[in-house]
Amino acid sequence: MSDTNDDLLVAEDVRKEFGGLIAVNDVSFTVPRGRVISLIGPNGAGKTTFFNMLTGVYKPTAGSIMLLGEDVTGKPPHAITARGIGRTFQNIRLFQNMSAIENVMVGMHTRMKANLFNSIIRTPFVKREEAAARARALDLLQEVGLRRKAHEAAKNLPYGEQRKLEVARALATEPQLLLLDEPTAGMNPQESAEFTQFVGHHLRDERKLTVLMIEHDMRVVMGVSDRVSVLDYGEKIAEGSPREVQKNERVIEAYLGKAAVEDMKRQGLS
Amino acid sequence: MLAWNTLGRPGWQSLRGRWRGLRAEARWGIAIGLEVALAALLFFVDHALGYAVLTLSAFYWIRRLPPMPWKLAAQAALVLVFLVFQPRSLGALLAIAFAVFWIPERLRVWALPVVAVVAAVFYPFYQTEMFTIPVFGVWPDVATGVVMIVFVMMAVGLNIVVGYAGLLDLGYVAFYATGAYTAAFFASQQFAGQRCPTPGVSIENCTVAAVPKHNFDLGAVGLVPGAGGIHVSGWLLLLLAGVITALFGIVIGLPTLRLRGDYLAIVTLGFGEILPQIARNGDNFFGTGVNLTNGPNGITPLDSIGFGNKLSGWTGGVLPSNFLTCCKANHLGHQFQSTDLFFWVAIVLLLITVFCSLRLQYSRLGRAWIAIREDETAAAAMGIPLMRTKTWAYASGAFFGGIAGAYYAIFKSATFPGDFFFNISVFILCMVILGGMGNIWGVIVGAAFLAYLDREGLANTGAWINSNVHVGHWHPNLEVPLYASGIYGLIILVVMLFRPEGLIPSRRRAAELHEGVHDEPLYDSTHAGTEA
Repeated sequence: MSDTNDDLLVAEDVRKEFGGLIAVNDVSFTVPRGRVISLIGPNGAGKTTFFNMLTGVYKPTAGSIMLLGEDVTGKPPHAITARGIGRTFQNIRLFQNMSAIENVMVGMHTRMKANLFNSIIRTPFVKREEAAARARALDLLQEVGLRRKAHEAAKNLPYGEQRKLEVARALATEPQLLLLDEPTAGMNPQESAEFTQFVGHHLRDERKLTVLMIEHDMRVVMGVSDRVSVLDYGEKIAEGSPREVQKNERVIEAYLGKAAVEDMKRQGLS
Repeated sequence: MLAWNTLGRPGWQSLRGRWRGLRAEARWGIAIGLEVALAALLFFVDHALGYAVLTLSAFYWIRRLPPMPWKLAAQAALVLVFLVFQPRSLGALLAIAFAVFWIPERLRVWALPVVAVVAAVFYPFYQTEMFTIPVFGVWPDVATGVVMIVFVMMAVGLNIVVGYAGLLDLGYVAFYATGAYTAAFFASQQFAGQRCPTPGVSIENCTVAAVPKHNFDLGAVGLVPGAGGIHVSGWLLLLLAGVITALFGIVIGLPTLRLRGDYLAIVTLGFGEILPQIARNGDNFFGTGVNLTNGPNGITPLDSIGFGNKLSGWTGGVLPSNFLTCCKANHLGHQFQSTDLFFWVAIVLLLITVFCSLRLQYSRLGRAWIAIREDETAAAAMGIPLMRTKTWAYASGAFFGGIAGAYYAIFKSATFPGDFFFNISVFILCMVILGGMGNIWGVIVGAAFLAYLDREGLANTGAWINSNVHVGHWHPNLEVPLYASGIYGLIILVVMLFRPEGLIPSRRRAAELHEGVHDEPLYDSTHAGTEA
């Protein structure tokens, strides 16, 4: 795929080394606008490292990351968030002792303008902005179905709702591209199905958001993805529609080993 | 939290079990009996102490009673009895303190601060009329009150850094010193210099008495005629000290705030040590021969604060022209002292500090600070610029520390490098921890109490112990203030063991301290980023 206007994010030959370990090995990757892209791969394949480079937590050893035609390689996380990438974390990282609505309002930080001085005076502008932020936070909580729990401390929410709150907080940053790191980990099949529906229907079709997610649950991946990319040992081994990837020999090998591939060939499945 | 029952020995356990097994009425009876016995015992040591224990237990037990129609009346009657028969006693004060809890919470939130401020403002009028507190002796005098308020201001400032943003700062004394020296530089004869009054003659060849070379006056009051040096109006000076200290905080913050946790604490500790050393050796600033700080002798005297002759004249003397030389009038049966004026101005400064601190807490910036404290990585991922936000916390904390330092210097009319040692940093941190990190009301109470102990409380307590505790004719001869550090350490130890969230905790902080914050670093610290 070439660098067209339709590509929201273009990563070229991105590489990350931790000492001698090559966690991500020259991966090139594009995210077209308005699609749901899944990034899969066995444990330790470098998926989360790749995410962390996109969001500025790690600086790539080499390569470049372009967001909306602007080079964001090695920019700090808050700058990247301000430019339109919102994210959730693999192991939930909410502000545990803040209420749900406060969590969401922290997400709006870059979209608000109040500073130290006018906050002390509490100018009409600050009052308006604060009220608007509060209203919008409630709307976002409504979107993920947590409106009734707005004033509950994040740590008191059940696991599935914490995941939802993380999504609401990420949406509060008003992202162009939403990165979800294993969003259905720990959810039961029913919750996963609902979440798949939420991503595909609500985020992509209604909000016209672009979503890039790391996911292990193949039902979720196959159910919602427009494209699937597969990482193994830090390299991209396959890319394509869910159906193509499902049949790809290298992918099967990566997940199940060489023997499985030969087994399948023998049975004429592949 | 470490509960007693995990420490318990079998004997203790069985005692607890038996206690639990008793009927409620029996338990109450035993408890009340023990309290009366304790009160009787204390009565022999100090009458007032015995009464105080009785009052406390009486109110406590009335509160414990099930709701009954005459319950409120009984409490009210008890308060009335005190107010009529013993209006000036600890008992009456405790009675009033308990009465506060009858006020509905919604009202109390507003009533309590208002009553506290009014009580503080009128303190100079009734301080001499107050009763003697058992153990602690007489009520602190007004000068002690000024020092207490200065320390409360510093604690509230440090609370922004440590309590809100979670940045452990062990060098807060550096800000105090910056403020104090700013006041000293701009309101004393430090930079007067000398020249010969005879035109064209250098100071070395001068035959008559030298006169000041530099003289800059900007609204200062109480100047000696012919005194040189820089003299800026005290009011302006407070603002100036705040701003300069805040800038200094930013300068210190930019390199150090990239660090996390323990590393940050150690570097701030370093800065807290460097600054007093510069002050101490600043009479020959880095060997240049410039006398910047007058070395160990310090800078004294400083100009006082006041409203100047013009304003004083217009208002018919209501606003004193100079705090130090004021106060001939006799208002409300009270001979005004200049300390009283300093006390009231300190209250105003504290109110401004508290106001700003509260406003900041519930703002976009305050939320960002708490987010950083809870999880730095997540905060950065939500678009909070870590460096800039932390630096703002540092600058705000420094601003109030600087004003407090400047005010204290003006009040004392002196600044000495010996005032700014590491123990002050720890002392202020103790105030924040004791009161309850992150909760401004707790911090105020904790700071006022510790500052009082330091100035008067410990000495009074020592005197009380020496005269009231004795075995036969043998009296101890304790110098309690000598053990100050140990006593503060013990207080902090006890607080940390049994109430780690402080006396009046913030709801959030309490939760964190009991369950821990899960903030494992995931972040390249070299890459924290200052860029927007």
